[in-house]
Amino acid sequence: MSGFDWNVILNNRGLLLQGLAVSFQLTLVAIAGGMALGTVLAMCRLSRFRPLAIAAGSYVNFLRSLPLILVIFWFYILTPQIVGHPIDAYSSVLIAFTLFEAAYYCEIIRAGIASVKAGQVNAGLALGFGQFHVMRYVVLPQAFRNMLPVLLTQAIIMFQDTSIVYVVGVRDFLTAADVVANSNNRPVELYSVVAVTFLVICFTASRLVGRLQRKYAL
Amino acid sequence: MNYSWDWGLLFRSPHIGWIAQGFVTTIEMAVLAWCIAMTLGSLIGTLRTLDNPIAKRIGTLYVEIFRNVPLLAQLFLWYYVIPELLPASAQKFVKRDMADPQFWTSVVGLGCYTAARVAEQVRSGIQSIPRGQRSAALAMGFSTAQVYRYVLLPIGFRTVIPSLTNDFLGVFKNSSLALTLGVMELTAAARQIEEYTFHSFEPFAAATVLYSCVTLLVISLMRVVERRTRIAGNVGTAR
Amino acid sequence: MIEVTGVSKWYQQFQVLKDCSLTIKSGEVIVICGPSGSGKSTLIKCMNGLEPFQQGEIKVGDVSVGAKGTDLPKLRSRIGMVFQNFELFPHMTVRKNITLPQVKILGRSKDESDARTIKLLERMGLPSQADKFPAQLSGGQQQRVAIARALAMDPVAMLFDEPTSALDPEMINEVLDVMVALAQDGMTMAVVTHEMGFARRVANRVVFMDQGSIVEDAPKEAFFGTPRSERAQLFLSKILQH
Repeated sequence: MSGFDWNVILNNRGLLLQGLAVSFQLTLVAIAGGMALGTVLAMCRLSRFRPLAIAAGSYVNFLRSLPLILVIFWFYILTPQIVGHPIDAYSSVLIAFTLFEAAYYCEIIRAGIASVKAGQVNAGLALGFGQFHVMRYVVLPQAFRNMLPVLLTQAIIMFQDTSIVYVVGVRDFLTAADVVANSNNRPVELYSVVAVTFLVICFTASRLVGRLQRKYAL
Repeated sequence: MNYSWDWGLLFRSPHIGWIAQGFVTTIEMAVLAWCIAMTLGSLIGTLRTLDNPIAKRIGTLYVEIFRNVPLLAQLFLWYYVIPELLPASAQKFVKRDMADPQFWTSVVGLGCYTAARVAEQVRSGIQSIPRGQRSAALAMGFSTAQVYRYVLLPIGFRTVIPSLTNDFLGVFKNSSLALTLGVMELTAAARQIEEYTFHSFEPFAAATVLYSCVTLLVISLMRVVERRTRIAGNVGTAR
Repeated sequence: MIEVTGVSKWYQQFQVLKDCSLTIKSGEVIVICGPSGSGKSTLIKCMNGLEPFQQGEIKVGDVSVGAKGTDLPKLRSRIGMVFQNFELFPHMTVRKNITLPQVKILGRSKDESDARTIKLLERMGLPSQADKFPAQLSGGQQQRVAIARALAMDPVAMLFDEPTSALDPEMINEVLDVMVALAQDGMTMAVVTHEMGFARRVANRVVFMDQGSIVEDAPKEAFFGTPRSERAQLFLSKILQH
């Protein structure tokens, strides 16, 4: 290959930006879905009703033992079978991400709650707060502060993970770049741009998280 | 659901061979990449805890770059981009003479990516040690290198064994991304069976079970290691 | 006021409290001491139901702590408790720490609660610390805020669980002084502590515990004069050596 041709980036910026938008969209939906389901799972895991706690724990440990790529394949083949008709890859990927990330968010939320010391609960109870109010005023505010950086870091990791949808052909940023790279035979330029773009976005985001953490650290 | 199950196909030739070979490849990649990650990661993590600002800067730069680019993009860089940037002689080796380039590229890519994570664990392990330990060791006349060798690294590693276990499992699972470069690892093997037989559930179920079993095994093993290496009275290593 | 009758408690096989009985009358100050692991903290936590017990009865006024239908939050709001590690809520300012329980539990208005908070902080000698966070205060200051937080609920009795054990020596007295003043004002107090000077000054009775049992329960003069049990003598000689 002789010389580099960066014009290929500019000429295809529409396609690339669209891909980037898909990556962001996927991240946001999966964060929302994953956190909602993850919170439910965390409550189940902390439940005093043993079967519920065990079921939630098994789900979490099982999913965490699998590669994301395998889970994506699973839902890519499984979802059409379950709903009975073909389904677009994007929807199957959304389901896969939500169910997969929920397992990780569950553990983050659980750890956040566990990070609040038992003495704090006792102090709240000793003042006369009921169980619910101790959760509401004492445990959850501290738990949330403790886990916020981890939640955001997980979001950054997930943003990077969206690139894996490449394997089922969803047009995220990396896939879009790959398409352009192949049609113009310019892999060096395009993969470099992908890497640098992710680097800038994720680095900036993680710096912001760090600053937030210092500001809200207890 | 209208699906004709055929679990027997998993055990027929050549499918059984593909799965076995894929499983072995996955393990090989994970272990080799882990060796790179531990060596490089310990070094980088240590750099970040030194007082020397340049060493610190280098460590930070490495971690930030390798942590903030998706692994898949990194694999593409290693495979498609880096060879183009090499001098001609090296290019010739990488493109023509190197055996099994996809496999080795994946191993290096996985190793360097995971090294950034290991580095962070090692750094946090070392930094969690009270400053007094370092002072005490220096006061006895140890050199900086000796302080790390005999005091900080042994304590630091112990406290982060659980996180390092997670990182190993991470590299084990992430090795599945090598299929995008065409490496015939476990997930790729399942996909290949699917393509040949039009049966998707059985091969993917087999892969799922294998991944889960290895994870379970590693976690149980690490519990034992953790118990063996625990320092009495140290909160960081408690259960 | 507080009546403990034949209380026993087990952690699985291990018995931590053995048939403990103890009466605290209104306005009385009792000091509970004993070697670590003797069950004194557990006993005091049973008094406001933070620790469940399997046998015996504890009555606060005419409310039974262990009974099924007891409104524990209501009972606890009437008994103040001070912890070894202060347990101020780290995510709230000092003011919020003291005001929030008044508003949420007693249903006091914000203004009234705030006025009360300021008054208590003045009484604790901390008038200018209201808008700081707990982590910005010294240990002694934090513990005084914790006492103020408990007092804001207008408790009928106060429980102290080793209130000075986590403090640096130079801060112990500022907390003890506050407690002495409280005792002299006629507050009913149960104090788990090793500070025998405090016991000498204000305690009515001293209770000595060992291995889950109340070994000795005597008026202060008798306890420091001629403690009857050998174990109490041994314990006293150990902590009064210096």
